Amino acid sequence: MTRRQLIPIAVLLLVACALPLLVSDYRVFQFNLVLVYAIALLGLNLLTGYNGQISLGHGAFYAIGAYCAAILMDKYGVPYWATLPVAGAVCLLAGFLFGLPALRLEGLYLALATFALGVSLPSLLKYHHLEKWTGGVQGIVIAKPEPPAFFSSMGLTINPDQWLYYFTLAVAIVMFLLAWNILRGRIGRAMVAIRDQHIAAEAMGVNTAMVKSLAFGVSAMYTGVAGALGAIAIQYVAPDSFNIFLSIVFLVGIVIGGLASISGAIYGALFIQFVPNIADDISRAAPWAIFGIFLIGFVYLMPMGIAGAVRMGLARMQRKAQNK
Amino acid sequence: MDAVLHQVLAGLATGGIYASLALALVMIYQSTQLVNFAQGEMAMFATYFAWSLINAGVPYWPAFFLTVIFAFVLGVVIERVIIRPVENAPVLAVVAVFIALLVILNSVTGWIYTYTIKPFPSPFPAEPIFGKYMSAHEAGAIGVTLVVLLALYAFFRFTPLGLALRAAAQNPESARLVGIRVGWMLALGWGLAAAIGGVAGMMVAPIVYLDPNMMGGVLLYAFAAALVGGIDNPGGAVFGGFLVGVLENVLGAFVIGNELKLAVALVLIIGVLVVRPSGFFGKVFVTRV
Repeated sequence: MTRRQLIPIAVLLLVACALPLLVSDYRVFQFNLVLVYAIALLGLNLLTGYNGQISLGHGAFYAIGAYCAAILMDKYGVPYWATLPVAGAVCLLAGFLFGLPALRLEGLYLALATFALGVSLPSLLKYHHLEKWTGGVQGIVIAKPEPPAFFSSMGLTINPDQWLYYFTLAVAIVMFLLAWNILRGRIGRAMVAIRDQHIAAEAMGVNTAMVKSLAFGVSAMYTGVAGALGAIAIQYVAPDSFNIFLSIVFLVGIVIGGLASISGAIYGALFIQFVPNIADDISRAAPWAIFGIFLIGFVYLMPMGIAGAVRMGLARMQRKAQNK
Repeated sequence: MDAVLHQVLAGLATGGIYASLALALVMIYQSTQLVNFAQGEMAMFATYFAWSLINAGVPYWPAFFLTVIFAFVLGVVIERVIIRPVENAPVLAVVAVFIALLVILNSVTGWIYTYTIKPFPSPFPAEPIFGKYMSAHEAGAIGVTLVVLLALYAFFRFTPLGLALRAAAQNPESARLVGIRVGWMLALGWGLAAAIGGVAGMMVAPIVYLDPNMMGGVLLYAFAAALVGGIDNPGGAVFGGFLVGVLENVLGAFVIGNELKLAVALVLIIGVLVVRPSGFFGKVFVTRV
């Protein structure tokens, strides 16, 4: 990483750390969700942006992660932080298994299969034989985690919203670093090679089947961890909050944030968290209309998303500076 | 035994509706190799248009035909304005545009008509026929489906325009050389698909009630139907529609329960795609590397 890349990241981290001290608790909660969505979008971007496999059903993995966390906390009294690795592992396996048949599907057909997964998931969660664990239509309410006693013994006051935000921030940083490492390494290059020229990649000795299913698994793991964090933040899971529109929101997020871009996940998360907030005042349908219009608009006019526009803008400024 | 017969007949009725929507999907797939994720929402939008007409006092059948024309125009306009620019774009861009269309139609309908569930009238009498096995609406829905199918078959088989449409779908370059305007044929295909979808929407609305999200499940069954029959085969789509309808009803009533009905569609879709992507009657394509 060069120094020029490090400076904006350091500034971003500083802002992210200072944020809870500057804004109201409700805003802290909203920014917490931004971090959650950023992790989920990063997961979807690993699969769709970098590996070229379209998923319209990532809401399903988000839901599995959320239910893992809720069931473990509610039924087995597991502490909230310990649910994350479990949710991640379960989703890694679920994604890997779903990725195996998905190997035979390309482009549109994979979109179709994952779309079917996204549409049918809420009804699976309502299945009455699973009600013992999932709580059926009612869902599960979970308690808000308290900040550790360590802070009050130090004489610091920190409320649960702030604590949860910092916790999510720490997880997000780890997940982003992990993604950055995966992508610049051998596997990341193999993923991109498969997206751009899968036959050539195979000829070069890339194990396409393995890399594609792994990409599916890792992507699902990211989204599942995000789902668990989201459930802990909202303190509630119910089947109908994980309908097909959740998967569509993720698609909107990566297209608008920027496909195949790590920073795009953050732009996309900010967009899907705050635009509905502003638009909700107009009508209940307005956020969706805006999502749809922006989605079409970005596909037509700015296919690289906000991240691509930022990159282009920076490059232009640099060229101007050099010409002077 | 009575109960099984009842479920099978009810399945045939909903199957007819799935068959119509599957046919709409196949029409678009044949000419463009695209799967229209917004097909269900287009049908839903047309059905709301019919509801407005009927509420304004238009009798059912004139409203029905006006809606079919409206859906046709809607389909043509959508193809010309929204789909045309991404015709040769990467798959992800096309999928994103379809999804955007789905979301926009859904939210605009919710905006105009609110999200409250509305009853939708059926043109058929309320009392059951064939003893107690089948409601008149179910029998009527099957009848309407069959009429649509016959009309489509006649259109494609016996009219010059139908021939031109088939030519444009099968071999665009040669069709263009003999003077067929391929672009407009695609738009026409979209219009026809939207019109068929509109009919399906009006037939399913009395059963599932009118609501902006009413087509979500129906679209999934239609996908399953189209895939089972072979996504490039109209006859196969109709067969698939009836098969999926019966399977869904019989399995839902006796084997897995109503909650898992949608899972039938999921399993069918993934199963067919993985085991036999060409379906029962589709052409098997071999890609040369």
